[in-house]
Amino acid sequence: MTAAIARGRGWGAIGPILLALVGFFAVWKLVVVLGGYPVFILPPPETVLARFVTGWTNGILLRHTVATLVEIALGFAIGASTAILVGYLLARSRLAERVLSPYIVAAQATPILALAPVLVLWFGPGLGARVVICALIVFFPIAVATMVGIRAVDDRLLELARSLRATRRQVLTTLEIPAALPSIFGGLRVGVTLAVVGAIVAEWAGADQGLGVLVNLARGSLFDIPLLFATLLTIALIGVALYVAVLLVEHRLVGIR
Amino acid sequence: MSRDEDLMARLLSPTGDPATAHEPVATGALLRELGVPGVPAVPGVPTDRDASAPLQPGRLELRGIRRSFDAGHGQRLVALDGLDLAVDGGEIVSIIGPNGSGKSTLLRVAAGLLRPEAGEVRLDGHPVTGPERGIGLVFQEPRLLPWRTVADNVGYPLELVGASNTERRERVAELVELVGLEAAADVVPSRLSGGMRQRAALARGLALSPEVLLLDEPFSALDALTRERFNAELLRLWARMRTTILFVTHSIHEAIFVGDRVVVLSQRPGHVIGDLAVPFGRPRRPEVMDEPAAGALAGRIRGLLEGGGA
Repeated sequence: MTAAIARGRGWGAIGPILLALVGFFAVWKLVVVLGGYPVFILPPPETVLARFVTGWTNGILLRHTVATLVEIALGFAIGASTAILVGYLLARSRLAERVLSPYIVAAQATPILALAPVLVLWFGPGLGARVVICALIVFFPIAVATMVGIRAVDDRLLELARSLRATRRQVLTTLEIPAALPSIFGGLRVGVTLAVVGAIVAEWAGADQGLGVLVNLARGSLFDIPLLFATLLTIALIGVALYVAVLLVEHRLVGIR
Repeated sequence: MSRDEDLMARLLSPTGDPATAHEPVATGALLRELGVPGVPAVPGVPTDRDASAPLQPGRLELRGIRRSFDAGHGQRLVALDGLDLAVDGGEIVSIIGPNGSGKSTLLRVAAGLLRPEAGEVRLDGHPVTGPERGIGLVFQEPRLLPWRTVADNVGYPLELVGASNTERRERVAELVELVGLEAAADVVPSRLSGGMRQRAALARGLALSPEVLLLDEPFSALDALTRERFNAELLRLWARMRTTILFVTHSIHEAIFVGDRVVVLSQRPGHVIGDLAVPFGRPRRPEVMDEPAAGALAGRIRGLLEGGGA
């Protein structure tokens, strides 16, 4: 569906997407009605949507969304740029790969949920720790995608560039980056959705604002289950919006080949 | 003393003028302009064929070339050994040899992409130690950058040497017209036929106006009819450029039709086992291949390939 949006196909492509959305809410409603669930287990969609609207109009969702978006933006920017640099290094230096990859894999294998409290301990409960957690979770898929993309650059094209006396820098800008771009964007797509996860997890480990905090508040002290669902809806929408944004940039840069 | 006489006197003097002696390339070009026979193309670099030095640039010499590769299990595979070859400026020499005779290695050594373990490559007298602007290489496959249009692929070498945008645009238009790709200039390679892609690759190989053009079986992926037409077109291009061409092929027919000489390589380790003059002048029509002389030459080449092969 996102591909259709990115290609801007108009109603022919958007129609089925809207239909699926309506279907999703219909099934939700049906489950609530047939199951007879109380509001504190599964509120009906119209209640959640109403709470979603009031949440945005009274500013509570906006405030927490901004906090989370700041963490995502900083974490993703830092994580993605270091990942691309390290991914390139891993692809082009056997030594770097041997020395660094065990640590990178180990850091990835350790659940971010277990790591988050440690990072909060080190970096304090401020924005710093949350950005680091977000950057860390984003790092791995993008680094791997970059490494794979750079390694896959056709040796024959590299030989061509060499025969034309291209400098290292020219090889990088005219050959390696454009050739690896589709693969790097594959990593960025995964990374940007993980950035949302990272921000929420980081907020659980210690924060006073953000959608992760709001989830805890709504479930705990506020006991406002429709707000909890409205928050989840907001998080999901952020994920989809960021993913589509990356996709649009990708279509713009990679284009048709 | 005129300017020219003064220059000649300085160049011919054994001590020379240091200022001139330190500019071998510029001096070589000047000498060629002056048309001085019997003078080394580069002062201070001894050559063994001064007396017959050609006036046209683009003389390529390979002497005593040896090159091997790691074949795994601690073994070396000797691709070329004791290979000698000299190609005059503006000459077309076809290189033919059995599979594994090191034809591609030979071209890569000549292009400066591979360093020989023994021997040396010289272009107009100066040693070739790496890729240079004066030597253009066209590969067996087009090797176009898939994300660039034909025009941007053709202009790629110009971009790498830092040509200005206007310069590049003009030269690209010229080259695209030369190979007949005007209609496809703004199209990406994936939308082109194999033949059109190879045309684009050829145009790119000519972009920097090399004195020597190395062609590694450039039309081998094309069907027989297209291939014949491309060979004729290559000769038409040559008539305009007069670049030296080293043309690697595994087709006897193609080798004769394109070359002034056909050089036959042995089975690995490759060296020259035959150097045969083609008895046809230029311009050359495809019909020359029906003449008895063509058949006789093909027979001799075949004999060498079979005798020299395993």
